[in-house]
Amino acid sequence: MAKILMKGNEAIGAAAIKAGCNYFFGYPITPQNELPEYMSRELPKVNGCFLQAESEVAAINMVYGAAGAGARVMTSSSSPGMALKQEGISYIAGAELPCVIVNIVRGGPGLGGIQPAQSDYYQATRGGGNGDYRHVVYAPSTLQETVDLVMEAFDVADQYRMPVMIVGDGMTGQMMEPVEFKELKKRELPVKDWITDGTKGEREPNIINSLFIDPQELEDHVNDRLEAKYRIIEEKEVLYEEYNVEDADVVCIAYGTTSRIVKNAIAECEAEGLKVGLIRPITLWPFPHKVFDKITDKTKGLLTVEMSTGQMIDDVKIAIAGRKPVYFHGRTGGMIPNPNDIVNEIKKIAGGEK
Amino acid sequence: MAVVFDRTKGLTSKIFHYCPGCTHGVIHRLVAEVLEELDVLGKAVGVAPVGCSVFAYDYFNCDMHEAAHGRAPAVATGIKRVHPDSVVFTYQGDGDLASIGTAEIIHAAHRGEKITTIFVNNAIYGMTGGQMAPTTLIGQKATTAPYGRDAEHCGMPLKVSEMLSTIDGAKFVERVSVHNASNIRKTKKAIKKAFEIQLKGEGFGIVEILSTCPTNWGMTPLEGLKWLEENMLPYYPLGNFRTPGEVE
Ligand SMILES: Cc1ncc(C[n+]2csc(CCOP(=O)(O)OP(=O)(O)O)c2C)c(N)n1
Ligand code: SF4
Repeated sequence: MAKILMKGNEAIGAAAIKAGCNYFFGYPITPQNELPEYMSRELPKVNGCFLQAESEVAAINMVYGAAGAGARVMTSSSSPGMALKQEGISYIAGAELPCVIVNIVRGGPGLGGIQPAQSDYYQATRGGGNGDYRHVVYAPSTLQETVDLVMEAFDVADQYRMPVMIVGDGMTGQMMEPVEFKELKKRELPVKDWITDGTKGEREPNIINSLFIDPQELEDHVNDRLEAKYRIIEEKEVLYEEYNVEDADVVCIAYGTTSRIVKNAIAECEAEGLKVGLIRPITLWPFPHKVFDKITDKTKGLLTVEMSTGQMIDDVKIAIAGRKPVYFHGRTGGMIPNPNDIVNEIKKIAGGEK
Repeated sequence: MAVVFDRTKGLTSKIFHYCPGCTHGVIHRLVAEVLEELDVLGKAVGVAPVGCSVFAYDYFNCDMHEAAHGRAPAVATGIKRVHPDSVVFTYQGDGDLASIGTAEIIHAAHRGEKITTIFVNNAIYGMTGGQMAPTTLIGQKATTAPYGRDAEHCGMPLKVSEMLSTIDGAKFVERVSVHNASNIRKTKKAIKKAFEIQLKGEGFGIVEILSTCPTNWGMTPLEGLKWLEENMLPYYPLGNFRTPGEVE
């Protein structure tokens, strides 16, 4: 298929529909509005349903119902709205239902701002909702990768029966890039024999539920079902990009939009003869811990760059386990890191000034 | 020997966990009988609330979905939009529907969502141990209103049926009670009507059912029924607020 130039938010919608998503429940919030707007335009054409809910709380609970009823379903929001969705995400994770949730992150806390940010890393990877649960979090850095991962997300959600989150930022949502909708490599997907579509008198009732009032039953549910599949996902679904990790004076770690800026900074450093590596997590959960084992004694330090005051850096520290110092450079509130500042940080680490 | 009375096919054989004399059980049976009589058990999907009836998913003999507190109408919306031919109902208490879930119920009604809501108003939070609900009567004591509800402090009890009947999408709104046999019969009729309206695709329907909570009211079951009749009926008048035909 030929490449077409699309705006990020609309490309996400197009990818979802290509992946068979026929249901979308959302609530307006900048900077993701073009996504629900696109869905309201396009879903009726494929006999799907777009519904503007009364709130993000209602939207995610509509997703909960639709996912239980067997649909491929999506919702999207931005940071303050995503905070409201956490209740529903916890229920969906607990009841083991598939769905795809998009967060086009903006600055916070509170109403914050409307410019790009990465300050919802904790919320996305630690679970903003209650209880022992996880969900896959994809953080694409280009629109092509975004559409690929949105399509993949529906399969992953169905395969593991869990919510999958796409984390972008105002930049991902608003920028335009050429994209191509490729055929996915097929996954073996389990039959949805657990859905609430009416027994038709032919089977026992299906029950969608996250309540296990007996503590032993709940512990078994969490350990034997949820944790067991989380371990498989950590084994099989980790995605990352690595560049020059084994031979670097400094290894940078960055995801999403920020990783593109870091790549520019790295190119500049290389032009000056420095050896700089990059680890770009594509899945924020499961986090690519193992690739950090490749970092050699030669490396002087790690530099985590984020559009936040430092959230992913916790995972970087866990991954490097104290072997190397971990430094941080970040801008927040919707401010974008400047490549020159990153170059300066890299040089300081390489030169032992830090 | 001829069978003169049998458990409705709409209920499973699971024993109710409700307190002795609690009218949640009566209401379950009425809903289940209606589903059986309308022959829709095979296409019914119920949404259970958070409250004493949280285990409704174990009792109704059809597909069930357990919602978060107050969110049943949103969950039901998701189900109904995916399977427009299914018969979707929510079963909710007054804390669930009239407090934490007010936005969800008002907007489900407002969209004219083709679902049926069974709203059990017992003027108290049963499950959490008798705290004040938006529906708690003036002067009624609750664990968080130990001196009795004071309108100056926390407003007048919320009249949900009256409120919803101002919304165009709510095609059927009726308040009934289960404090005696004749009212139980009327309750069943109202429930049937509400489901029939869903089957005809006419819009949103709600049956508000005045119900007892002898445990948290601190009464025997019989005292509870009498208290409902003497105190709840004057403030929450029974009757139909909206039926299709009258709406247009
Ligand atoms: C988000 C959330 N808040 C509070 C609770 C605790 N809670 C459980 S049941 C309930 C009230 C139930 O009262 P009602 O809806 O009147 O039903 P009843 O038990 O009287 O049948 C509350 C507050 C909860 N489970 N979830
Ligand atoms: S606490 Fe009240 S509402 Fe709950 S089961 Fe007991 S009597 Fe019924």
